[in-house]
Amino acid sequence: MSEESEESVPLLPLQQESMASALFNTDQNDNSERRRHDNSERRRNDNAESETNGQPQNNVQQVVEQDEEEDEELTLKYGAKHVIMLFVPVTLCMVVVVATIKSVSFYTRKDGQLIYTPFTEETETVGQRALNSILNAAIMISVIIVMTILLVVLYKYRCYKVIHGWLIISSLLLLFFFSFIYLGEVFKTYNVAMDYITVALMIWNFGVVGMICIHWKGPLRLQQAYLIMISALMALVFIKYLPEWTAWLILAVISVYDLVAVLCPKGPLRMLVETAQERNETLFPALIYSSTMIWLVNMAEEDPEAQRKSKNSSYDKQGPASRTQNEDAEADDGGFSQEWQRQRDNRIGPIESTPESRAAVQALPSNSQTSEDPEERGVKLGLGDFIFYSVLVGKASATASGDWNTTLACFVAILIGLCLTLLLLAIFKKALPALPISITFGLVFYFATDNLVQPFMDQLAFHQFYI
Amino acid sequence: MGAAVFWGCAAIAFGPAAALVLLTVAAEPLRVIVLVAGAFFWLLSLLAASLLWFVSVQLSGREDAALLLLGAAAAVLLQELCRFACFKMLKKADEGLAALSEDGQSPISLRQMAYVSGLSFGIISGVFSITNILADSAGPGTVGIHGDSPYYFITSAFLTMALVLLHTFWGIIFFDACEQRRAGGLGLVVGSHLLTSGLTFLNPWYEATLAPIFILTLCTGLWAFGTAGGSFHNVLKCLSCKQEPEGQVMLYSALQVPPEE
Repeated sequence: MSEESEESVPLLPLQQESMASALFNTDQNDNSERRRHDNSERRRNDNAESETNGQPQNNVQQVVEQDEEEDEELTLKYGAKHVIMLFVPVTLCMVVVVATIKSVSFYTRKDGQLIYTPFTEETETVGQRALNSILNAAIMISVIIVMTILLVVLYKYRCYKVIHGWLIISSLLLLFFFSFIYLGEVFKTYNVAMDYITVALMIWNFGVVGMICIHWKGPLRLQQAYLIMISALMALVFIKYLPEWTAWLILAVISVYDLVAVLCPKGPLRMLVETAQERNETLFPALIYSSTMIWLVNMAEEDPEAQRKSKNSSYDKQGPASRTQNEDAEADDGGFSQEWQRQRDNRIGPIESTPESRAAVQALPSNSQTSEDPEERGVKLGLGDFIFYSVLVGKASATASGDWNTTLACFVAILIGLCLTLLLLAIFKKALPALPISITFGLVFYFATDNLVQPFMDQLAFHQFYI
Repeated sequence: MGAAVFWGCAAIAFGPAAALVLLTVAAEPLRVIVLVAGAFFWLLSLLAASLLWFVSVQLSGREDAALLLLGAAAAVLLQELCRFACFKMLKKADEGLAALSEDGQSPISLRQMAYVSGLSFGIISGVFSITNILADSAGPGTVGIHGDSPYYFITSAFLTMALVLLHTFWGIIFFDACEQRRAGGLGLVVGSHLLTSGLTFLNPWYEATLAPIFILTLCTGLWAFGTAGGSFHNVLKCLSCKQEPEGQVMLYSALQVPPEE
């Protein structure tokens, strides 16, 4: 179990980061205007026919206006809220990576390199080192490009089985093998005695639940947690096996590649996203972190307020035949609409067109849920983004002389980059690359903090001067 | 040394900041974003100041306390400049948010943004000042073995706490002064920041640095409280826990009079 994995190269999980960065909004914003009007009208009807009829007319008006401004506020807060919904997992992933780097020495120890980066960096001259790292980065990037193109070709020609097999094998590798190594190293660091049987049980449970959550159905939070964990594991592998200059070069080049792949008309990632949208399919759940869920099961409450607040930790959508979030109930697959109709009939009986029944129907889950619930309009971030953000921050904490200052500066830079990217996403409303801005800020802050800020702060701290 | 000093100093330095963040900022997404944005602006100012110091050291060829003094003064001025830039950006954002919202009021007021951005400047400044020191304090060592003060960690923690609070207060005062275009407020903020930084140059003579800095913190706090609209009267009202009569009348009768036949 000890010094394995010199060249035990993970060939397969590379497509994780080759599918790097799409950041996209599944909200169909063109409908949002209409939906908001529908909303306010519905509420007006609701209030007019509500039970507490003692309210005077202007109160209803006020409530309606307040609801409308709440909707507007909700749209804005929705923007801010979804930024936070991405801040939290990105921060968690980075915290896990930095904590591991700082405590488990295995991931900072040099134990060879990946076969994708065959040139060593232990050379005599600086020029040779630079050349080697450029070559390494070039090889790595071409591998990533080839894999992405392969993935897009497979997707275009509907070879779903191959893609699924590929994804399943790579998540198997990550969930079982890499987490086994990680667990082993953590035990070694803290000098915990452990037997193989217990470890086997733990890894088996961890891996199987992970496979189920990621590829099939599972609670949203658990799926998100697993995605964060495999991103962290992948990032740790990169931090361990990529030599320094190569790592920084790869980060720079991959953000340029990301920009090109997502924005250029013939870019592979853009073609992938467009094909998926044409066919109305979700992209592979194993490669995308999603901040919300598709609502399959109806909520028990009738009140739209309660629906919005109570979280339905329901089930993930199955494979490619399913729809993206907030589609209409009617257009969803079979079981859903029948179930919905059954529930509706159970609740209010067969519908007649009286004002009361209209109000009751309008108060029911179906459309109002899909249009009012802001949590349904989710933002998705590719796992490759998680991985490369964590690689940047992890490398900063592993190798910087400024230590915590550099790590924190890179962390803030990445968060600000993510915030700006989400702002652009809100403006342009199409899939955007999430790597360029964050990685640029991160790299600038890393080198600036490490070389300029660190000596300055060091001197100040030495004399206990504060600025 | 060890865990006790680490946790103690961390709690002293970041206790108030953590409480403020948890109670007032963490629940609101917009405020969290303003917090991160403020930290970014402070980092930019620090980058610029370090660049200046680095260049001056390379040019003069030596590294001594005089250059450090100049570097620190430049850092203070650049921080205030970045605070101004932050103000400009937040004001624009405020106008944008107000334009986007239906009733013309943005979901976050400029005063709240002033407070949060001041807090963010304070937190990031404190974090950069003390995190490496805290990391060292958790490990083995003897403080002041070469004749320096043995109270290094605890005084650093207290100074950091004062700085965090000061930045919060300065943020409030600064934004208010910019909003009302009063140069006096601006000048006083810059002046007191320079004074604080200058006082720390008297370390390790802690009587002359800690006491005046804490008095300055208190005064600035009172001034910021007044600027934000507080007063002795408000405090009394809050403490006496008197509930104001509601402006709206609640109708609690849901019974309807049956319509006359």
